[in-house]
Amino acid sequence: MFNGKHITLGIESSCDESAIAVLADGREILSNVISSQIEVHKVFGGVVPEIASRHHLHNLPFVMDEALSAAGVTLGDVDEIGVTAGPGLAGCLLMGTAYAKAVAAASGRPLIGVHHIQAHILANLIEYPGLEPPFLALVVSGGHTHIIEVRGWNEFRVLGATRDDAVGEAYDKVARVLGLGYPGGPKIDRLAKEGDPFAIEFKRVYLEKDSLDFSLSGTKTAVINYLHKETQAGRPVNSADVAASFQEAVMEVVIDKTMTALAQTGYSTLAVAGGVASNSFLREKLASRCEKAGAKLCIPSPILCTDNGAMVASAAYRKAGLGLYSDLHLDVFPGLSIESGLAKLEAGA
Amino acid sequence: MEKYRVLKTEEDTKRLGEELARELGPGSVLALSGDLGAGKTTLTKAIAKGLGVSENLTSPTFTVVCEYDSGRLPFYHFDVYRVHDEDELFEIGFDEYLHRGGVCVIEWADLIEDMLPADAVRVRLSYGDGENERICEIE
Repeated sequence: MFNGKHITLGIESSCDESAIAVLADGREILSNVISSQIEVHKVFGGVVPEIASRHHLHNLPFVMDEALSAAGVTLGDVDEIGVTAGPGLAGCLLMGTAYAKAVAAASGRPLIGVHHIQAHILANLIEYPGLEPPFLALVVSGGHTHIIEVRGWNEFRVLGATRDDAVGEAYDKVARVLGLGYPGGPKIDRLAKEGDPFAIEFKRVYLEKDSLDFSLSGTKTAVINYLHKETQAGRPVNSADVAASFQEAVMEVVIDKTMTALAQTGYSTLAVAGGVASNSFLREKLASRCEKAGAKLCIPSPILCTDNGAMVASAAYRKAGLGLYSDLHLDVFPGLSIESGLAKLEAGA
Repeated sequence: MEKYRVLKTEEDTKRLGEELARELGPGSVLALSGDLGAGKTTLTKAIAKGLGVSENLTSPTFTVVCEYDSGRLPFYHFDVYRVHDEDELFEIGFDEYLHRGGVCVIEWADLIEDMLPADAVRVRLSYGDGENERICEIE
């Protein structure tokens, strides 16, 4: 407790980012530090995002110091420590959980393992305090594309998922062939504004009738085949038109399926999460479709869409409210299921 | 199996994958290379299917490796596009995967040429003349 407020620490290291946040009463951000955004460790032998788990080991202590001092609290003020235990890259998850366990053991505060996607979805609570299950969630990022039914803060059902590439990954790959560089999402989003979304008809993949699953690899290949064909024929390529048409093709399917899921479940609220939730085209289109359907739309600010510690703290705060704690035996689960795997994170599991 | 094959359609790529799967044993390493969209993931999915893997393979681009245990051999699917150097590969336990008695299929293997085992089978996919045509070379 600090100034009469419940304090939750959230630690995230499942992929490239080492991130730690301090949250008060489950929704007030006291600090939200992401390794790639802090200047301090550049001085200490700078660590750019990479896949190696070792960089989390370097980063976490710096990020922790920064998170605590920016929040103006000490470890003694913390009520519980949340950490992402899966899914993600095993070595990266291990660094985060090992660090969280050490902090929990040293401070005597309880440890709470959370699911990475659960955390993304619960990030919405920070800016939409009235959000209550059940509702529908669309999770779109570099590694995930899911339509999820949120039945409770720790109870989820996957209605649809990608069978190959995630949305953000398809964007990255198309950006790569267009020579736009990494990360591809924001670059395509920006370039698409100058192009005609109906200039080129790229394949939309809806899969079986009524399926809420996605297949995005085919649309990516359609773009590559188009570029290959045009180059061979010696015709100039309008990159802005390609970006706009690709974005239209991918997002049309994502939005259609999400609206179908909303209608099927009968829920009146849609919460969006994950890095691609920052995409301006997606935000605008979803806003107008949800308005027409009479549904409430929640999309967090970009800082809460990317991988961050605040979302982990938000999820840990809710799990604490349900009495769902982990213990120091907490393991990591690179392929953790959000439907059937959550019990693996609890004490004694 | 012939060393050079023209794949007219995606179906041909899938058929090749299932044929390759029949020749794989414990410890086999398949090193795939080819540009984006050349069919590396399509081929990998077909190999997995041929091995009896029942799960749907999703892209390991972000996680570098995905493991599947439902087939006749353990199946390890790598995408090393984001790997920068030998240290990173070592840290994800690459050497251990090679010696676990399963099948390793590595996408973008040309980026880690120096770290591939000597007996890895190289499969190179490239674009053919037609829009959907691909060329496959095996060595």
